[in-house]
Parts: sequence; C-alpha cells; structure tokens
Amino acid sequence: MIPAAFDYKRASSAAEAISLVGQYGDEAKFLAGGHSLIPLMKLRLAQPAMLIDIGRIKDLSYIKDGGDFIAIGALTRHMDVEKSALVLKEVPLLAHAAGYVGDAQVRHRGTIGGSLAHADSASDLPATTLALGATYVAQGPKGERLIAAADFYKGFLESALQPDEMLTEIRVPKMNGAKWGFEKFNRRAQDWAIVGVAAWRSKDASGVALVNMGSTPILATSVSAALKSGASVADAAQLAAAEAEPQDDLNASSEYRVHLAKVLVRRALEKASA
Amino acid sequence: MRHDEPRHDIRAQGESESYIMVHIKVSITVNGTQQEKDVEPRTLLVHFLRDQLQLTGTNIGCDTSSCGACTIHLDGEAVKSCTVLAAQADGGTVTTIEGLSKDGVMHPMQQAFMENHGLQCGYCTPGMVMASIGLLNENPNPTEEEVRLGLEGNLCRCTGYHNIVKSVLAAAKK
Amino acid sequence: MTMTENRQNSVIGTRQLRREDPALLTGEAKFTNDLNLPGALHLSILRSPHAHAKIVSIDTAAAKASPGVVAVYTGAELQSQWAGPMPCAWPVTPDMKNPPHFPLAASKVCYVGDGVVAVLATSESASRDALDLIDVEYKVLKAVVDVEEALSDANIIHEDLGTNKSYTWNLKIEATEGCVEDAFQKAAFKVSERYVQQRLLPMAMEPRAVAAVPQPFGGDITLYSSTQIPHILKVMAALTLGIPEHQVRVVAPSVGGGFGSKLDVYAEELLCMALARKHSLPVRWVEERSENSMATIHGRGQVQYVELAADKSGKLTAVRVRIKADMGAYLQLVTPGVPILGAFLYAGVYDIPLAYDFSCDGIFTTLTPTDAYRGAGRPEATYAIESAMDALARAMKIDPLELRKRNFIQKEQFPYTAFSGLTYDSGDHLQAAEKAAGLADYAGIRAQQAKQNVPGAKKRLGIGMSSYFEMCGLAPSRVLASLNYGAGGWEAATVRVLPTCKVQVVTGTSPHGQGHETSWAMIASEKLGIPQEDIDVLHSDTAISPLGLDTYGSRSLPVGGVAIAGACDKVIDKARLIAAHQLECSADDLEFAGGVFSVKGSPDRAVPMAAIAFAAFTAHNLPDGLEPNLEAQYTYDPPNFSWPFGTHMCVLEVDTETGQIEILKYVAVDDCGVQINPLIVEGQVHGGVIQGLAQALFEEAVYDTDGNLKTTTLAEYLVPAASDVPSITTAHTVTPSPTNQLGVKGIGEAGTIGAASTVINAVVDALSGIGVTSMPMPASPQTVWRAIQSAAQAK
Repeated sequence: MIPAAFDYKRASSAAEAISLVGQYGDEAKFLAGGHSLIPLMKLRLAQPAMLIDIGRIKDLSYIKDGGDFIAIGALTRHMDVEKSALVLKEVPLLAHAAGYVGDAQVRHRGTIGGSLAHADSASDLPATTLALGATYVAQGPKGERLIAAADFYKGFLESALQPDEMLTEIRVPKMNGAKWGFEKFNRRAQDWAIVGVAAWRSKDASGVALVNMGSTPILATSVSAALKSGASVADAAQLAAAEAEPQDDLNASSEYRVHLAKVLVRRALEKASA
Repeated sequence: MRHDEPRHDIRAQGESESYIMVHIKVSITVNGTQQEKDVEPRTLLVHFLRDQLQLTGTNIGCDTSSCGACTIHLDGEAVKSCTVLAAQADGGTVTTIEGLSKDGVMHPMQQAFMENHGLQCGYCTPGMVMASIGLLNENPNPTEEEVRLGLEGNLCRCTGYHNIVKSVLAAAKK
Repeated sequence: MTMTENRQNSVIGTRQLRREDPALLTGEAKFTNDLNLPGALHLSILRSPHAHAKIVSIDTAAAKASPGVVAVYTGAELQSQWAGPMPCAWPVTPDMKNPPHFPLAASKVCYVGDGVVAVLATSESASRDALDLIDVEYKVLKAVVDVEEALSDANIIHEDLGTNKSYTWNLKIEATEGCVEDAFQKAAFKVSERYVQQRLLPMAMEPRAVAAVPQPFGGDITLYSSTQIPHILKVMAALTLGIPEHQVRVVAPSVGGGFGSKLDVYAEELLCMALARKHSLPVRWVEERSENSMATIHGRGQVQYVELAADKSGKLTAVRVRIKADMGAYLQLVTPGVPILGAFLYAGVYDIPLAYDFSCDGIFTTLTPTDAYRGAGRPEATYAIESAMDALARAMKIDPLELRKRNFIQKEQFPYTAFSGLTYDSGDHLQAAEKAAGLADYAGIRAQQAKQNVPGAKKRLGIGMSSYFEMCGLAPSRVLASLNYGAGGWEAATVRVLPTCKVQVVTGTSPHGQGHETSWAMIASEKLGIPQEDIDVLHSDTAISPLGLDTYGSRSLPVGGVAIAGACDKVIDKARLIAAHQLECSADDLEFAGGVFSVKGSPDRAVPMAAIAFAAFTAHNLPDGLEPNLEAQYTYDPPNFSWPFGTHMCVLEVDTETGQIEILKYVAVDDCGVQINPLIVEGQVHGGVIQGLAQALFEEAVYDTDGNLKTTTLAEYLVPAASDVPSITTAHTVTPSPTNQLGVKGIGEAGTIGAASTVINAVVDALSGIGVTSMPMPASPQTVWRAIQSAAQAK
C-alpha cells in the first residue's frame, strides 16, 4: 500500500517533461492521471526512482475538431471524452468505450494518453482507437512524430514510444455516421474485459479490434476482409480470433477467449449493421 | 508546490541523523481549510488526510484501487484518494466525509443512508457516501440500474447493496 | 409476560433507525487504525513466499540499518516470548493432531503468508521499506495443495505428526445396526454426489488492525484489535503470552465487518503485545489487503460426498456423508470444529429415520488456515443436502418443490426430536416454501420455462430453491462440552439504572456491523418501560464489560439479547421490592407496566421507575437488607440451540453462448422467530444472500500447484459490487422460538446459508434440459460454458 520512495518533479510543458526525462533517463516515469501506474507502485511492482508529473500540463487537455478527425489532448480525462458532445457526435464508439474504463472515480482521474501509453491490451481504449484507425502524436527531444495506432503496440505493456517521448495528442478519424458496436465481457463491471470488442461498419469499410486477446490489442483484419468480400456477419465473426494469441488467466482459458471473441464480434457487428 | 520552488530536506521526527528524506510542500484546501504541509513525494492523498490531518473517516480497504473505501471529492469530483499522490492534489480542493455535515446536520445523502439502513459495519460507508454524492451530481435522477452501475467502483461486504441503492434513490428524491 | 405475546405500543418489531449510524456516516467512528497513539512503533511482517519450505538462513542486517528501523526479529529470536503455542479451542476428538503454531515461523514455513520476520520502525513506511531489505534463504519443499491428495501422506507437512490427517470425526446414528447400508440396498432411488466447497476469502472491508499499548510501570497492557472476540482474545492472549489475565484489557473499537474472520487469535495480536512489552512502547500493525488474503483465515474448503436413499415416493430413508475438510497449514481457534457445526444438518429440514452416517476427515495442506466464515459448516451442509435433493428430484423426474414437500418436517411435529438427539424448537417449512413459491411465481416460471427452454435456446430460464435450517444461538454449554469445545456458550449482561433513570446496558456481545446497540436498547426499553434514548449500550471493552463470549454464529440475539432481558427481569424484581416498600404493600400486589409499578386494582397507588432508581441510589429508605443501587448482572446459558429456517428461490437466465448468468429475481423467505428490529433483520438477509450468491457465482481463492495464492487482491478476488448483483425480495414468516423469553432465533447467517445452493440449483435447473447435471462453484461464465460444452459432447 505504500510505494517505494521516489523523487518527484512537476513539468509545466511537454518540452519540459521531455527534457526532465532526458535528464533522469530510465529511472524516470511520466505520471499523468496515475491510474495505471500508482496501483502498480502501491504493490511495489513498479518502483521508479523519479516521477515526472505531467498531469498539470494545461494545453494537453482538449478535444478539438481537426477536420477529418477529432484531436484529443493526451491528458484529456476519460470522463471528458465520455461526455464530450463533439466526441459523442463524431466518434460515438470512443465516447461509449471511454465510459466503460474502470469506474467513475477512475474516469475522473485517468487520461486517454496515460491509458494508451501504458499499452495494456486488457484496457478498452487501445483496442477502440485501433479499431477506429487513430493516429497518435508523440513528442520527443527532436520534435513530434505521428504513430499509427496499428504500429504503436509492440508487446505486453510495450509501445513504440521511446523512453524520452510522450504522447501529446490522439487523432481519431470521424466515423461519419458509421454504425458501431462495443462489447465488454467481464464478471464484474469494474474489471478489465475478459474479452472486449470495438467494432464499426460503414457501407464499404469496417474496423474491428479486440481487447485482451493477446499481448497487444488486436486488429481483427480477417473479419474486416471477410465483410468486404461479402461474408455475412455471422461468417465473418468466425474469423474473430484469426490474428489473436490469447493467454490463459484466472478468468478464462485461451480456448474460451477465442470462443467469446467470435460471439462478441458477431454481437458487436450485428449492432453495427442494424 | 511549483516544480521550480526550492526543495527542502527535513529530518523526520525521531529519526537518526542519517535519515534525511526528501519532502515537498503541498497546499491543499480540505473541508474549507487550507492545509500547507510537508510530504514525502510518495505520500498518497489518503495517507495525507489520515496521518497528517487526522481525518480518519476516509478508510483504506484495498491496495489495488478496487474497493472505493477511500473515495473523497477532489475539485468536486469523486476520486479514489489511494490512487492520487498528495503532490498531485497540490492546489486542489478536497472534501472528505468529515466535511459533509453543516451545522451539525448531516448531508441529505448521509441522512438517506441512515433512514434506509444503507450501512452496517460502516467501513465502506464514507467512500460509498462520497461516491453516491458524486453520482447524483452527475446524474441527479438515476434509475436503479444507473445507481448500481454508478457505484461499480465501491465494494461493501455487509449490506448486499440493496439498501445502499435504496438510499441513493431516496436521496435523489430529496 | 413474554415478548412473544402481542402487545400494544411495543417497540419490539418496529423499524428503528440505528443509533450507530451517525458516527459511522460522519467519519467520527474510530476503527483500530484510526486511533492516535503518539510514539507508537509500526510493525511490518515479512511473509513466506513459499507454501512449504525450510528456513535455511535469515539476514536482517540491512533491514536493521534501514532508516527508522528500531528492531528486527526472526521467529527463533522471539521464541522465548511465548508461554505456549497459538490456541486451538476445539480439539474435536481426543486424538486430534494439532501441530504447534507460533506467531512467527522459526524453522519452517507451511503456507504462503506464514510470518517469518517482524520489523519495528518509527513509521509505517519505514517498516514496510525494511521488509525489502531482508534476505531469507529457503529450501523449498513440495507444496501440498489438494486436500484429497494430502491424505495419501506422500508429503507430510508436520513431520512430528507423521500424517497430514488431523482427525476423523464420526456421527453414525442407526435405529438398528447396519440400517443405513440396508436403506441404500433397498432404496427405490438413490443419489451419490460430490460437491466442492471452494476456499473463500472472508474479505471484511476493514482489514485487520492491531495496537498494543503497554503500561511499562503498571505491568498492564491494553490491546486494541479489529476483532469479533475481545473476551475470548483476552483469555487466550494472556495464556499464550504468560501474562496474568487481570492485567490484560482488550478493546474492539469500531470493527469493519468480520464474517468469522475476526473470530480468531492471530499472530499479529500476540506480536504487537509481546513487542510492546519488550520495547515499553505502543506497537501497532495494519494489514494490507494483499496481506489479508494470505494471513487472515480462509473460509469453506471442503470436498463433500453425499448420498441420499429414498423410497419410491421420494421419502428419504438414509443419509450418508463423507467430508474431506481442508484445515490449511495449522489449526486456528475453531478450525477443526467448522465442519462439525454442519454435521447435524445434512438431513436439512427433512423428516428422516434414524439412519444417518456422517464422517469427516480434517486434513492439513500447505495453505492458509481455514476457520469460521459466515455460516461456518452450515452453508456447506445446506448446500450439500439441497443440491442432492435437486439431484434426487431429477432422478425421480419429479418437481424439486414437490419432493421437498414430501419430506418436510411438518409443523405439527415441532418441537421435533431429530435423529441426532437435538430438538428443533419450532418451524413451518411448508409455509415458508409456499410463501417463497408465491413471491417467485414458481408455477408461472415453470410454465414460461416450458415455452422458453426449447432446443437451441440462446437464453435458458431456471428456477432454484433451497429450504434451510440453521443451528444457531451457540450454544448450550453442556452440548459444547459433548462436542469437546473449549469454552461455554453462555452470554452475560448487566443492566444498570443510574440515579437519574438513565440506563446502561452492558453486553458481552461484540458487534461489528450488526446494530446491537440499537437492538439491545430496544429490548431493555421494552422490558423496563424506559425510552430507548435514555438507554446506552456498552460493549467490546473487557474493562467495561468483563464477562462475555462475543459475537459469532448468529448467537448475539438468541443468547446475548436474552441475557439482557434476563438482567432486566432481575432489575425489575429488585425495583419491585423497593416499590412495595414505598407503597407499603406486598410485592405480589404490584403490577409493572410502562415503567411504573402500581397496586393491582388501584392505579393511583403507583411509583415510577425514576423514583425507584433515585431511591435505590440515595439508599435513604430501602427495605431492610436490600443493597443500594439498581443494577443486575445475568448470565444466560441457552437450554437449546435456536433453529431459524426459511426457503430461498432464485430465477435466472443463462446465456448459452457465453455462459453468463443474469439473475432475474431472488426471493428470501426467512423465519428467525420474533424480530426485534425488522429493518436490521432485512439488512442481515440482504448481506448474507449476496455473500452466498458470491460464493455461487464469483468468489474463489485460487491456488496454483505450488501453493501460491493467485487471488491476493480485490482486483483478482471477485467480491461483487452493486453493479454485479440483483436486488432482493425479502419476506418473513414468524414462528417464535419456545426456548427463550424473547422468542428469537438469530438471523446473521441465514442469508448465506440459503443462497449458494439456491443459485446453483437454478443454474442447473436452467441447463438440465440440455444435459447439465452439476455445476461447480463459482459458476463463472467459463465454468458454465464448459459444462454446456461437455454436456453437448456427451450426447
């Protein structure tokens, strides 16, 4: 319950945060809302020597219309994404998914950038932004670079971010009225999904991504390909786990996860096709 | 604390000369009173409230941010004070269970819990009450299902939740 | 007059709001870890990461040098502190094997979480930090995880015992020798079932906390602990530490739930006391949740083999039960007795002949010790008989409610002398079952089921029931003696009318959420005719309430509450003598009502309790030989257990694609005799039902094959939240207990006792049409899905 001792610095801008992390190196961690990191620190599963608090960087909490996409500042809280009229209108799937992260108290503090950078395949937003074809903006000592969500997740809790880079913005393509479905299967509402599905479908395209079906969030490209080639939802859903490599854990075997993925992808796509 | 403010090292009371800990200064308004204190960076907000301000109404029930017993309001919203560093709350406004009653009269939510037997052992209760007030702030007229889902982050072992839900619905009607 | 009679203006049976609540709702209440103890040292404990290992060496040098650390002790270094091992109060058989168990392991650890090193420091963070600096070398031994495998003795945990079996306890009752076997031979129908009561973590929301405050020069010590049993703890701590009992005071401040898990004498309590004395400073400890899951006792942990024999009408003719009970690594306070508390209940609420054969093996494993958890033995027994009754109904192809009706002990048979020789005080099982069936719309659900549960149905409907008996009101001391329990089952009360006619009720019960202050004041108010607000209830401090046997086993009201009524009677008897003296009449000529004594037939010749209280205090004019003051102490030893009962029903749907269960309705009809405060009764039922439902659907302490607990936090151990459980329809029947003056029976465990089998019976009922005949607990979606898959494959 008591984290190991650490030192603490507060950054007032992204540039300052990056400069600080450059100064302290591997020992340092960014702290945004803290709702992924602090629980690990309380159990001493994470023991950073230096926390760089980026939570106060004001100009990183926003939701803007970027034309083809909605631009969301990395420090925007889940609750703000969930309640944003702009997100509800243009990317309702993301607003809906944000409302399923953790519980109300978590959504008041946790941030979208923090959740994505933590790169937990069991979290809802990595898969949701992946399904939506989002692009993440990372800032490092040499400036900004864009990383497609599809290129971001490298392994268990491992992302394409360099240690001296931080996420600053998430750009989510507008759904332009595409229908969508979101399925979060768990035993208690507050828990991570045993399997989750974020899916959308328009006339000629679709995006389906899976939560907790491997060490990274999984883009179910076979499902989309099948739909594109005219397969029924039920048939396409049979391919749900084609890209997945699910693990066994306390709640589910990989076999059960594969089965659930098929059922839940079908259900999500039925909603997205209704 | 501002990051550019001078840091200072203080010796914890009763410690040996060699035990120098880094402390930072925080200023948090708690239940209407501004509190300026030195804290270790690792000090969780819940420990700050309990140990430094003796506001022991806020309880600790788990170590994974699961149980919600430590729920308080930070800048008007329900948060789990075990998952916020005191340093993160610097400059913020906190309301704890001790700050709810006015002039010796309990908050309507506290009254509703009493009138509907929404508590038994009382350990989850401060967090449950703070979460419930937060819930009604955001959704003043919830359905039973919305109350149940809205309290997903708070665990109670005694009541089976039946009367907690009833309490919150009753408070909404007040 | 007894309280079971109808009386006007009675406070008994009214929904009184709880006087406990304002302090709890405002944060004013102090739990143990809220106590401000200047100068206290903090204790942290390094625990074994291995289930079974020899301690080869311990290096504490770095921890000792860590900032803020005052002292570091290994188990070997503290061995001289203990006058004896930690207590087990229930040697269920004369030859029961009980390995010595000390607060810290000295040479060998026997479960993950076993204490190894104690660190004292000036702050909680300093003692916690130092744990990371201790280096322990272990020689890892093979873990013994499976209770049935343990019986093979292939790996013996406690070498000196020579076996992993602690005891075998038998209860075989036959009208004629061999009649059980005979009944099975002749049975028209029989079922043979195996059930697993998974290990459960009690998970009281307040983790345990302890603070020991010594008086170095007075020689006394006060122990503050989050405990259900301050009185028992006082005796046991004194014995274990070798401190004279009169120098030990135990206080249970506000206690945040117990459910049996705080009905124990724990290592940390003894360590804090020993170290506080050694260092002449207060020593405190607070449990982290992930520590609680390993270092606080677990519940359940039984494998049950249940066989029922029935004649062609379904009437039960014999019951045979074999239990393999997981003791864990050591015997805690009542560990071995838990399965025995259920031993008398495997015939449930049914009228069976003298043909009952029960046997239980208590077995050691290298897991956290088990002990009492809400219901303690009785939920297990109820689960077994009620699940087996459903299996029998399926075998007979008759409705499970109908089968129960054919077997219920009939209302007219009470008081009913059971096969065991125990007398069931009162009951009406048919009424409770029919009431539940009405509320659940049993017939309607059956009709709907016939329509809905067609082949290929995605959502299958099920209804399940459980009719239970609870043996509570623990307990007649002589019966406890026959069960080898180390103490009695009485409860004490003192009622003290102060000079101004305010009342102190002192109870030996130790509430931790049950609302005793409210209910006990109601009882005293009713008896004395004094307003509730003029009555205070004192408890949970052995200096204030020196006599008591504490709170567990639904005993507080049927034993402790009745003791208060008895103490009130003694006060009234004394007051009557003073009133007679003042009114110059015979005590026999007085009647007492509404707090006033009056001469029968002359209501104007009267004296109120207030005048008597003041007269007793001044002692200016008392009858010759009468002691001043108006106070009485009374100890009640119940003549019998009390036998609450009821029927629960659950309606649910199973999603056959995913295995997910949705509860549509839960009905609990409970009969706890006379209800003192229905508001509190309902709350106890709600909480109990959800705890039982959580066993059925959510909770399990999962161990891997190396004996590592995989569910150490509330993120992994699935205590459900409001979002995950249904609301509950409660109803009651009232069948007063004839054995006590209040007519009460107890309600603390009823909900839990009824719920698990009710829910699982409903799940099996939903799926029996597609070949599912059993369902392990917890019925997680994956477990349900697998059962559906294997039933489909078996076809």
